[in-house]
Amino acid sequence: MFKKITMGAVAVTLAATLQVTSASAGESLYVPQLSYRTGPFAAGGTPIANGFGDYLAMINARDGGINGVPIKTDECETGYNSQKGVECYEATKGKGALVYNPYSTGITLQLIPKAPVDKIPVFSMGYGLSAAAVGEKFPWTFNYPATYWDQMSSIIKFIDSQDGGIKGKKIGFIYLDVGYGREPIPLLDILSKKMGFKVVKFPVGVKEMQSQSSQWLNVRKERPDWMIMWGWGAMNTTAIKEAAKIRYPMDHFIGNWWSGADVDLRPVGAAAKGYRSANMAASGADFPAIQDVLKYVVDKGKSQVKDRSEVGTVLYNRGLYNAVAVVEAIRAAQKLTGKKVIDGSDMRLGFENLDLSAERMKEIGLPNFALPIKGSCKNHGSGGAIFLQQWDGKKWVRTSDGITPMTDLVRAALVKAADKYVADKPGWQTQTCK
Amino acid sequence: MFYREAGQYKTSYKEDSAIFPILQDRIAIWFYLAVAFVIIPLFGSEFLINSVMIPFLVFALATIGLNILTGYTGQISLGHGAFMGVGAYSTYKLVTYFPDTNVVVLILLSGFFSAAVGMVFGLPSLKIKGFYLVVTTLAAQFFLEWAFIRIPWLYNYNDSGAIEVPQREVFNIIVTGPDASVLSRYFVVLSIVVVMTWIASNIIHGRIGRSWMMIRDMDIAAELIGVRPLFAKLSSFAVSSFYAGVAGALMVFLWLGAAEVESFDVNVSFQILFMVIIGGLGSLVGSFLGAAFIWILPIVIRAVPRIMGMDINASTVEQLNFMIVGALIVLFLIIEPHGLARMWAILKQKLRVWPFPY
Repeated sequence: MFKKITMGAVAVTLAATLQVTSASAGESLYVPQLSYRTGPFAAGGTPIANGFGDYLAMINARDGGINGVPIKTDECETGYNSQKGVECYEATKGKGALVYNPYSTGITLQLIPKAPVDKIPVFSMGYGLSAAAVGEKFPWTFNYPATYWDQMSSIIKFIDSQDGGIKGKKIGFIYLDVGYGREPIPLLDILSKKMGFKVVKFPVGVKEMQSQSSQWLNVRKERPDWMIMWGWGAMNTTAIKEAAKIRYPMDHFIGNWWSGADVDLRPVGAAAKGYRSANMAASGADFPAIQDVLKYVVDKGKSQVKDRSEVGTVLYNRGLYNAVAVVEAIRAAQKLTGKKVIDGSDMRLGFENLDLSAERMKEIGLPNFALPIKGSCKNHGSGGAIFLQQWDGKKWVRTSDGITPMTDLVRAALVKAADKYVADKPGWQTQTCK
Repeated sequence: MFYREAGQYKTSYKEDSAIFPILQDRIAIWFYLAVAFVIIPLFGSEFLINSVMIPFLVFALATIGLNILTGYTGQISLGHGAFMGVGAYSTYKLVTYFPDTNVVVLILLSGFFSAAVGMVFGLPSLKIKGFYLVVTTLAAQFFLEWAFIRIPWLYNYNDSGAIEVPQREVFNIIVTGPDASVLSRYFVVLSIVVVMTWIASNIIHGRIGRSWMMIRDMDIAAELIGVRPLFAKLSSFAVSSFYAGVAGALMVFLWLGAAEVESFDVNVSFQILFMVIIGGLGSLVGSFLGAAFIWILPIVIRAVPRIMGMDINASTVEQLNFMIVGALIVLFLIIEPHGLARMWAILKQKLRVWPFPY
């Protein structure tokens, strides 16, 4: 018995090492999918992963791939953990990966220095290192549609347009105390000096996500005129509940686009009425492309969604939007290079020439789904417009047009931060843009 | 039949007290070293070296560190994740201030910083024992985590709050930073781990190590026969944190390339403690076995369905992984509470009499 088990174990290990070395790319477009369906943030990670995977599956099922080349995906579980994320990266990068969507700012920070070495672009859609949007300094990193700094400037711009301006007001900033939450602080400090408002910061540690009474006690003491939140996972629901408990005016509480999902607000329900959050993609399933996803993937039982109603929620649509951008970048790369099967370097060109105009979005069956994205060599993701949505007690309602970020100011700050990042790295690969 | 010391006579005390008294063991050690230094670099894939071997060696070193404290001196610590962080952050600061110094030297130097921090937090061990000591080391963990976030000087005021490893060369070979080749990093980690394991083995088998074990077995008796608890306990904390600190520096500089506070949180402390317990308290071999069990086994389990061609969701595999590893930990501890090292010893004992057990 023991002998059998040992032999079995040896066989499996041998097979494992052989497989890892012999797996090859073949005639396909390989897009590894880093996702997290386990761990403390699984509630947010699952719909994103579903939206992303389902759209790619739909393209394969409906069109037979992109220009005839099927997309191959491989899901790797990161659990929102940087070490596991890097392990996923190492395990998949040798198979001809075209792009990585790390779905965690922590993992993104780890992958940014590896991207130029392995020649695989990193696409952190609406998260990650803001400075990476400076194309001259970060040729391999993309942040479409907008960085955290853009988003913060848009939110501040919105606040400035309300109640007679932001000057002299007090803004409370409650954030998850990890790389992600701290990311917009430098810009917030710049803006507060420039526009003459005061900032009070309320950090929430990962361990205290679900018990924020001390932070909200401080909020009650400080009485900020507006609250801005950079939260994720269980932190969002808890914060909104606590805000309701201290009777903070909900319509003066604005979350970023990771703090405005259906799963965050449903547990609070009517008490959260008026809460606003930023977003980049519309919610709802009334788009031809999403109907196709339902028809070709979900109804055929090929999706991992638990319930049909998950399709069209905020995070599902965001994952889907991410997949749309990837697919369109592959198309752009194929067109530019004339090749059907592309590699990471071609993909990088594809991202720089990404053009998700209103017409193109209509063509692919997502009219008015999101605001246009136009890539360039210089700009890898800053300046895309952001809109606000508001919770009506049951669902999200889009309440604003695109609020363009304060592009000049943000760009200047981004360039400064990018220079600082590159300064102590002598061999760092940069590019010059015409 | 093959593993038997019949005919091997010892003619001096030195031979008799050798760490590997049996010839086959000595051959085995050279064989393992040959595998690690020659076979794996020659035939291993990049994934095997970068995501399996390097982390395994790093965690093995940290486990040796904690084993010195917990296994040999009998003091439990839940602060070793943070002590690893002290090593990483101090290397980062040293590399910033001395850009031209050999980075390997700086990594080893950083151990002294974590040793100093470890000694400070080891002071309560002179007064308190057991669970109460666990609580004070846990306090060290939380305090240090707080310090890594709230003292921006430690991460050079980076906006992201993360430490990013700059590129450094040793003898014109790039060993740190994203351009460093996997092999150069692997060889640096492997060499450091081998040398430090050898040093640990010598300390443990020498006078200092014996005084640690006396403290562990019965501190009052040890004190009566002339072991100074102050020196023994603090030296154990110092050596232990030194190892943890170097492991932390290796983890960030030669494996991850960048790290945030989350890389050194309390889960890491628990992970290392599990490696010590699973591997076997008070055993250097056990430290390697424990690290392999906790780090490599999940990677193998994750790879199995892909190889078998089974179409299982990544998340399901991950859940199964948690369950299997958890069940195995419980199973192993029931079968052999003294850890894998003890199983290894029993296996060797059985091998000696095989195939004619009496």
